[in-house]
Amino acid sequence: MHELAVTESILNVVLRHAGQNGVRRVLGIALRIGELSDLEDTWLQRYFDYLSKDTLAAGARLHIERVPVVFRCEPCRHDFPVNVREMDQVRCPQCGGERMTLVSGREYFIKNIEVI
Amino acid sequence: MSDVRLIDIREEILSDNQELAGKIRRDLGRHGVFMLNLMSSPGAGKTSLILRTLSTLRDRVRIGVIEGDIASSVDAEKVSREGVPAVQLRTGGFCHLDAPMIERALKELDLTDLDCIIIENVGNLVCPAEFDTGSQRRAMILSVPEGDDKPLKYPLMFSVCDALVVNKVDYLGTSDFDLERLRERVCKLNPDIRIFPVSCKTGEGIAEWTGWLAEQVAGARPPA
Ligand SMILES: Nc1nc2c(ncn2[C@@H]2O[C@H](COP(=O)(O)OP(=O)(O)O)[C@@H](O)[C@H]2O)c(=O)[nH]1
Ligand SMILES: [Mg+2]
Ligand SMILES: [Zn+2]
Repeated sequence: MHELAVTESILNVVLRHAGQNGVRRVLGIALRIGELSDLEDTWLQRYFDYLSKDTLAAGARLHIERVPVVFRCEPCRHDFPVNVREMDQVRCPQCGGERMTLVSGREYFIKNIEVI
Repeated sequence: MSDVRLIDIREEILSDNQELAGKIRRDLGRHGVFMLNLMSSPGAGKTSLILRTLSTLRDRVRIGVIEGDIASSVDAEKVSREGVPAVQLRTGGFCHLDAPMIERALKELDLTDLDCIIIENVGNLVCPAEFDTGSQRRAMILSVPEGDDKPLKYPLMFSVCDALVVNKVDYLGTSDFDLERLRERVCKLNPDIRIFPVSCKTGEGIAEWTGWLAEQVAGARPPA
């Protein structure tokens, strides 16, 4: 499980920005994570609580926005969401095409922090 | 009373790792060295493919190996016996290799004496997909006994790789593994991926794989 390494990285980025902005406490952290990543919300929060214990970010809540997997149909340029577990049956709902590229679902991003 | 405010960050989560990976890539580029990150489940055939690749390309390409296998140093020993430089990483139970580990390993290799470095990553289809090691290309192995439905279970891994080696095709006749169905599933996630069906046992398909690898190595060399 790489939740620990990922959480450590989130904490480092957050503390760097908190330091630069003279923050007293970090209350919340907004993340965008694509559905292709299988990181689990509850484990991320647990590791975060553990790692952030003696820092400005102790007790901060992680707000995780999941970005759906979206494909773009090559022939007709139509974008449509896809359930990752049903990928072998994917066809464009507009034209029935089968050639497509991934538009979103791989995001791995810290959006902002809520601070005092 | 102090006000709650928002600070915009807009940074990649693994930005520290990515920054270091970028630096590693630039260093390798300056030396004209190509690095491949090879990933798969345990037992899919990473060590076997590396050994096949060494014996096929050794006369043309100077190859070094970074071993990330957690279990033991058996793999590094196998590779060293082939007479190529090999570094064994102690990952201490880690589920993946990251850029700081690769940076340490690279210090033990003489870059002026190499054209190509192959990283044998930890046997795992989940975690290594998230971490850039500083390699120029990523390849994964799926072996026939694992089944052709793996892209549905590990979509990130299939979407980040430049090449997919389908190993153990000598088992194709005795299983319901469907190479075409696999191709369809993978190409939806990653239309640009190159697929190489091989058998490290019989040697089938190895020439196509090593041909691709040699092209990538040549692409990393500075123009003379
Ligand atoms: N039948 C068959 N067995 C293979 C092939 N390639 C590797 N193996 C066997 O699969 C096992 C695991 O291979 P190894 O290279 O150690 O996998 P790794 O854990 O990914 O490094 C070994 O017993 C190999 O002999 C192949 O193409 N066909
Ligand atoms: Mg091995
Ligand atoms: Zn369409």
